[in-house]
Amino acid sequence: MFYFTAVSKKVIPAIEGFFTMDPEAPRLLGTQCKACQTYFFPPERGYCRNPECDSEELETVELSHEGTLWSYSHNGYKPPPPYVSPTEEFEPFAVAAVELEREKMVVMGMVPKPYTHEDLKVGQRMQLVLDPLYETDEERVMVWKWRPVEGGGSK
Amino acid sequence: MSKEVAIAGVGMHPWGKWGRNFVEYGVKAARDALKDAGLEWKDVDFVVGGDTMRNGYPGYVAGSTFAEALGFKGTQIASVYGACATGAQAIDAARARILAGLAEVVLVVGADAAPKGFFAPQKGDRPEDRDWQRFRLVGMTNPNYFGLYARRRMALYGATSEDFAAVKVKNARHGLHNPYARYRKEVTAEEIAASPLVADPLRLLDICATSDGGAAVILTSIEFAEKRGLKVPRIAAINAATPTYPNPILDMPYIATDSWAVVQPDARGFKPSIAYGAYEEAGIGPEDLDLAEVYDLSTALELDWYEQIGLCGEGEAEAFLRSGATTFGGKIPVNPSGGLACFGEAVPAQAIAQVCELAWQIRGVAEGRQVEGAKVGLSINQGLFGHGSAIIVKG
Ligand SMILES: [Zn+2]
Repeated sequence: MFYFTAVSKKVIPAIEGFFTMDPEAPRLLGTQCKACQTYFFPPERGYCRNPECDSEELETVELSHEGTLWSYSHNGYKPPPPYVSPTEEFEPFAVAAVELEREKMVVMGMVPKPYTHEDLKVGQRMQLVLDPLYETDEERVMVWKWRPVEGGGSK
Repeated sequence: MSKEVAIAGVGMHPWGKWGRNFVEYGVKAARDALKDAGLEWKDVDFVVGGDTMRNGYPGYVAGSTFAEALGFKGTQIASVYGACATGAQAIDAARARILAGLAEVVLVVGADAAPKGFFAPQKGDRPEDRDWQRFRLVGMTNPNYFGLYARRRMALYGATSEDFAAVKVKNARHGLHNPYARYRKEVTAEEIAASPLVADPLRLLDICATSDGGAAVILTSIEFAEKRGLKVPRIAAINAATPTYPNPILDMPYIATDSWAVVQPDARGFKPSIAYGAYEEAGIGPEDLDLAEVYDLSTALELDWYEQIGLCGEGEAEAFLRSGATTFGGKIPVNPSGGLACFGEAVPAQAIAQVCELAWQIRGVAEGRQVEGAKVGLSINQGLFGHGSAIIVKG
């Protein structure tokens, strides 16, 4: 076992343009159609997918960072690539589907440690956090995750 | 003009893990289907192949691959891919050409040789690909989606792991005598509960495996079948439509639903709409069905289907199952073949295999698993990227 010094690593997003990198208050980045006002996540940039709308003007908007747990599951076995396990030996993790009230949509995300599927309950409040997806020698690759709201019915 | 076509013959290669080339499975199924129809390869004037994404270039041009294997003879061909609905889209293409008067005898064939384990996306770094996004950013496997729906059933309707296991126990019994099924063995609730947790709340034995297999049907015009004196089942409806925007249900492989903030979602929902479209085309309702073959990718999904195809009301599927309604002797046996629980999934062959089972059942030759007096059956499935299909077969 050897240790990395956290400060020396470059912190980068796992994908460009899906979320902000503010460590304290990260936000998902969606788009909103300027014509029909509908929301998209992942952000649609080229065209609106509402069949009644032919607009190609979409603007980037921050999505709600809290929502209600629609449902959840977990991975007892390592998913295939392009999934990258953060640890050499795979550790099971939970995934959460969270409903955003304002945007009226459900957005998936991993659930950060130490929370597991046993800490989750459909209907509870969840909040967005930034957490490492995996690390290399030089980089810490970050992604959005959903964590139970403190005092919101769990740990 | 009748919009029906005749299922003149059906054939399958047994499902399993045979480790051979997928073409072999398809050829076996095709030859069996021709024999079943009393026809020969030279009678076929159109071949539709269901593509596989897992066997290189020959898999992407399945129509040509199977035509070459059976012997190139200048036949019209098409190759079709639509995830789990591949076979139904292939059958639909065949039907369209028959009804247009452009073909009389059509071979539809699909086969797959599947690798072990989870279905993985194609290799390469493609951040715009929805399939790449779900694996890389969320680690979402197919069973995770099944897990979400199962947890949702538990939260909304009080479903239990024991209810899910009861689906598997039933289907394992159904498939016991099916010569084409991969698993022909009774499974107990205890064995299911003791199998490893794969995607909470689903255990290994709740989730269907991936299999090798091949299935084929010979479709002809009604006139051709009558001329030949064939007393065979007919395809009365095929529905392979997309969802409508906005789809508020998180379907594979998306990491988010559409937003329903501005546009109202269709009140029926995608999966019920797949069945509804087929009922509408056939001019029948769920009460007219004698059996159904539904896509039990997981045990819990079979319960969803009961409600989505209108066999019982929302939240009633567990009680409906427990009443014995969906097994032999019940109101409407579901998955008399044993379903995916006994087969495992061979993607491009599976929807064709469902139709083979309906045909055998309606002809009354489904030995060891015959639904008494079967006259009308529905098959239905759903897969990645907004694909789903339903087919109604009538005697
Ligand atoms: Zn728009």
